[in-house]
Amino acid sequence: MSEQVLTYREALRSGIEQALIDDERVFLMGEDVGRYGGCYGVSKGLFERYGEQKIIDTPLCESGFVGVGVGAALGGMRPIIEVMTVNFSLLAMDQIVNSAATLRHMSGGQVNVPLVIRMACGAGLQLAAQHSHSWENFYAHIPGLKVLSPATHNDARHMLIQALADPDPVIIFEHVMLLNTNGEVSDKSEASMKKALVRQQGTDVSLITYGGSLTKALAAAKQLQTLNISAEVVDLRCLRPLDTKAIVASVTKTHRAIIIDEAWLTGSLAGEISAIIMEQAFWHLDAPVKRICTAEVPIPYPSHLEQAALPQVEQIVIAAQDIMAAC
Amino acid sequence: MKQKLHLDRAHLLAQLKQMLRIRRFEEKCAELYAQEKIRGFLHLYIGEEAIAVGVMSTLSAKDNIVATYREHGHALARGLSMKSILAEMYGRTNGCSRGRGGSMHLFDKSNHFYGGNAIVGGGLPLAAGLAMANKRNEKQALTVCFFGEGAVAEGEFHEAMNLAVLWQLPVLFICENNRYAMGTALALSESEINIAKKANSYGMAAEQVDGMNVVDVEAASSKAVEQIRQTNKPYFLECQSYRFRGHSSFDGQLYRDKAEVKLWQEKGPVIRLISWLKENNRLEDEELSNIEAEIKDEIQAAIVFAEQGEWEPIADLAKDVYSPAYTTQGEQS
Repeated sequence: MSEQVLTYREALRSGIEQALIDDERVFLMGEDVGRYGGCYGVSKGLFERYGEQKIIDTPLCESGFVGVGVGAALGGMRPIIEVMTVNFSLLAMDQIVNSAATLRHMSGGQVNVPLVIRMACGAGLQLAAQHSHSWENFYAHIPGLKVLSPATHNDARHMLIQALADPDPVIIFEHVMLLNTNGEVSDKSEASMKKALVRQQGTDVSLITYGGSLTKALAAAKQLQTLNISAEVVDLRCLRPLDTKAIVASVTKTHRAIIIDEAWLTGSLAGEISAIIMEQAFWHLDAPVKRICTAEVPIPYPSHLEQAALPQVEQIVIAAQDIMAAC
Repeated sequence: MKQKLHLDRAHLLAQLKQMLRIRRFEEKCAELYAQEKIRGFLHLYIGEEAIAVGVMSTLSAKDNIVATYREHGHALARGLSMKSILAEMYGRTNGCSRGRGGSMHLFDKSNHFYGGNAIVGGGLPLAAGLAMANKRNEKQALTVCFFGEGAVAEGEFHEAMNLAVLWQLPVLFICENNRYAMGTALALSESEINIAKKANSYGMAAEQVDGMNVVDVEAASSKAVEQIRQTNKPYFLECQSYRFRGHSSFDGQLYRDKAEVKLWQEKGPVIRLISWLKENNRLEDEELSNIEAEIKDEIQAAIVFAEQGEWEPIADLAKDVYSPAYTTQGEQS
């Protein structure tokens, strides 16, 4: 298996490029994806290489162009729609939730919507309260959608291809703090997009996380090793459907769970996962589940406040020590 | 330009029959609703029949249709069987959407009938997308999008107008201006009540049509369809019409006078065509009663079909939320 080091951004671009080459029906559409090269530079150079039929700049009308994507998918195309950030996706939520997610069921299985929507998410760039959020849970709540969160470079490279092979709408969240980082990319995916993966084996406590928080969980696990605590790190990868088996398997092994989720605590996926553990692994638990989430404030601009709002490595380390002390 | 209409007697009688099928079907639906055979919301098309019938008669079998929650008439005029439509409203598996959608979500892929959309304005971008797919696949088909004048206030209307012209998408937009968005009159919700003018401001060919006259609608639609097929550009028709019944089954109609309704009923599409045909000695009473009898039989057969339909087993509740299992690269189960 050949490996190469790419930035997360390059890995995403390489995935889009493969999709464009592999399938005539694929095109990329969104605000400034073409001539500008993408708000976060993901599609830079693709317009020049693939032209305006494949890389389509749209006006600023999220509901309009996401709806066009739904219609084009109904008509047999395989659109990749880029929405600049999850915050802007709220303007397209009608088309995503009321159309894309419902059409198959509502039509008695006659039509399906093979659409992929990519969007940036997450805080850390001091982009303040309208560009910095983790709302994966909004979409993970919706039957009819699948929701992916590539946390590694290899997943950034390959999940798009897996999503395009799916006959139903798939939403992919790309955490902005990962874009500039380097990581290894191989020539194939490690697993189905629906599987969670254990990124580090451990025996004492499960750190269950996804997306931008995976790096933090792995850093915490490393520090915990020096404290003689063996942390297992579970990367959920797919947020709908959740890989319940993998979650339960890890907790059954370690007997302790800490969920790290950049969303706000109330109504978070962390709460959902905690409930799954309660229902399916309660008797394996040696301590109550802990959740580390973002403070319940709109994300503030100044760096010290932004960082204070977000889950941090130190918090994870302390939580792990607490949970070990509990029993 | 193929402007010549089939204004021969046989065609006019066929159009009359289509409108009457819708009229009588809707009347029966109101009865069945009162009997609680049909539940949920029920939006009747009575008064607006000329639009669906006029437009549908100008389309080809491969053209796509996107309609609203007031779409029984569109479905009938498009060629979905009355049986499958009524069974859908009964919620049975022999309905056109397997009973999953009900009155507001009639689908039939084989007729390129993409719903029954109950989000006002939601169908417009979708229609533009279907048209985009056709254009990219170099199919000659066009997409017709029906919506009410209430949709004009929605952002999605304006977004779709802009995209359709900007990208030159083969869409025929049919605005069914029945003057009230639920209970709010057009003049109370729009700063500019000439809707064709709004579409025109986006650079789209647009015109107003008497939506109570099936011949006028067909002529305008025929011209529009021809132009779209030649140019691949969108076209907009504002069909001025009137809804004779309430918005839905839960409407006390406090917002309009009975006299106003009566005035519009007098110039309704069905009565108007019948009067014209009779005045010109082209319709015998017996012919009309034969048509009515045929429709009565068709409705009766539809009721029997719907009554005999089965309920979806509860075990299949979650069926078709997602497509059946598939395999992808790396899929392990």
